[in-house]
Amino acid sequence: MLEKALKGKPSYWIWLFVLLSLIGTASIVYIFQLVYGLQITGMSRDVSWGLYISQLTYLVGVAASAVMLVLPAYFHHYKEFKRMIILGEFMAIAAVMMCMLFVLVDLGQPQRMLNIFMYPSPNSILFWDAIVLNVYMILNIIIGWITLQAERNQVDPPKWIKKVIYLSIIWAFSIHTVTAFLYSGLPGRHYWLTAIMAARFLSSAFCSGPAILLLLALLLKKLTEFDPGTQAIKTLAKIITYAMCVNVFFFLLELFTAFYSGIPGHQAPIIYLFSGWEGHAEWVAFMWTAAALAILSLVLLIPAKFRDNHALLPWTLAILVIATWIDKGIGLMVGGFTPNVYEAVTPYTPSLWEIIITLGVYGIGALILTVLWKVAVGVKQEVGTAT
Amino acid sequence: MDKSRRNFIRLASLSALGMGAAPALARAETASAVYTETTEAADMYGPNANALEGTHWGMVIDTTKLTTPEDIAPIVEACHSIHNVPDIGNDQEIKWIWSATFHESFTEKHNHYLAEEIHERPFLLLCNHCEHPPCCRVCPTQATFKRESDGVVLMDFHRCIGCRFCMAACPYGARSFNFGDPRPYISQINHEFPTRTRGVVEKCNFCAERLAKGEEPACVEASNGAIIFGDLDDPHSEVREVLKEHFTIRRKPTLGTQPSVYYII
Ligand code: SF4
Ligand code: SF4
Ligand code: SF4
Repeated sequence: MLEKALKGKPSYWIWLFVLLSLIGTASIVYIFQLVYGLQITGMSRDVSWGLYISQLTYLVGVAASAVMLVLPAYFHHYKEFKRMIILGEFMAIAAVMMCMLFVLVDLGQPQRMLNIFMYPSPNSILFWDAIVLNVYMILNIIIGWITLQAERNQVDPPKWIKKVIYLSIIWAFSIHTVTAFLYSGLPGRHYWLTAIMAARFLSSAFCSGPAILLLLALLLKKLTEFDPGTQAIKTLAKIITYAMCVNVFFFLLELFTAFYSGIPGHQAPIIYLFSGWEGHAEWVAFMWTAAALAILSLVLLIPAKFRDNHALLPWTLAILVIATWIDKGIGLMVGGFTPNVYEAVTPYTPSLWEIIITLGVYGIGALILTVLWKVAVGVKQEVGTAT
Repeated sequence: MDKSRRNFIRLASLSALGMGAAPALARAETASAVYTETTEAADMYGPNANALEGTHWGMVIDTTKLTTPEDIAPIVEACHSIHNVPDIGNDQEIKWIWSATFHESFTEKHNHYLAEEIHERPFLLLCNHCEHPPCCRVCPTQATFKRESDGVVLMDFHRCIGCRFCMAACPYGARSFNFGDPRPYISQINHEFPTRTRGVVEKCNFCAERLAKGEEPACVEASNGAIIFGDLDDPHSEVREVLKEHFTIRRKPTLGTQPSVYYII
């Protein structure tokens, strides 16, 4: 089926070329990082994780979100999603791939990466995260490939694949729970040490992931013959709405605990993020932007007449993605490390090099996604299931 | 294999062998195979008869005797010079022992009206060699581990992948990461101790290499009696005697890590 990726309009090739040049540029910067070490990043002794690990966190959510299509389709036999499912599964593959690359670029000694498996340490959550992410990727590759092949040959997929699909549904929850445990089990990091972290991660994943998927699917509709189907778009938008409501609600719960209890440690990171601390206010504008956009996205999602307006929907989704990205893709990391363990502020802002490497990893993800979706749409066009 | 390799590395770090901080794991593996085959080497590097013995090393820092930056500087210098700790000088710095204010050191003990003298006093900070160290709990490779025989929390620089999970987990900021190559920043290399390579984490090792030779930690030696070191498990040890007589506090006791470093205020 991969041959489908080898035929395309000039615009397809131009897009691939753009991605490859981005990846090439980032690779050169990464080679510098290998030679000079992580000193080229904005990280420091006190803020020892930054943009890379926070992208890992965000993208695990995107990967897990495929379940929002798979679950209704297989547990509730919701037929409308059947056409779009493959897009979700392929997006999960691209997202997990990016997750692993973000771990890799964050390592000080990447050539020793396999030590994680050579000295298995079950008490380390990172060990489990590496395992669940790898398994999740394999599950999605198997499911995506087998079902697409069956679709192409116009036969029913083999029966056993259903069991694998059920497993992948549970697995999707596990990858994001384990990723939350990376943070929520660390003593002394108040912003992270909260039992609701895994739930918050899942809720934010289940709104942001499907939002990204739907945005890209709408783009696909513009560019190709593929049509996710009006009913599918509507249902997915509804799922996104519920998940975003829960996501915002969970954040408000955090605010309540921190500020009603009045415990300084719990309040400090939130105060730093939203109004600054000891003269440091690096992220205040970002956080308020996120808050405003989160509310705006709800205003545009909750009333059905806005939500079902498909000219407005892409904007709403973009707003939601930006809001959740700031919250989880950067705020979470900064808030965990600031104020630091001495209750002082060591400000963190990513360096240009760090940003270029990050974009490069996103470029690789986009490349994988483009090729996989090209194959999927190609097959659907061939057998006439694209619309 | 695990243990012998680790023992080898511990020993290698005492010998010239460890100096280059061999980056490739493979190299350490072969070297360790050679080591086990060579009985001569076993004699040479066998346990030192003078090695200090204890089952839970701990420390009491008498902060009333260390009141000025001039009291602190030689202690930090003693540690950093023998352990090849580089002087980087920005927020990616590396430090094994350093000083901070009361507020920074004891974040759970804020008073509105702190005695002026305490407000001014510097407090020595270092790894607490916790009984329940979160750093070891989170390490995905066991590159940082608590030595069961004496409770010292150690690092295997050859195994560390530089993921920095341990830095996020340590509530005391005791760990430093080599963001770049540290060697250009070491003013005078001590060839008795390994230098580190870029991309690994390091921290105070309670002078494990000195304990093995029967010497007290360098900071203790340089402190003119202000730091007392000994076996917390031994009720007759000097540390325990001091703890009996003085009121002491530890950093962030509510987190359950059980630090082995006590402070007389
Ligand atoms: S002080 Fe930090 S580095 Fe040292 S043992 Fe405790 S948790 Fe680990
Ligand atoms: S940085 Fe090294 S010591 Fe720390 S958790 Fe990672 S592998 Fe373990
Ligand atoms: S015990 Fe040794 S390694 Fe630790 S701070 Fe003191 S001198 Fe440095």
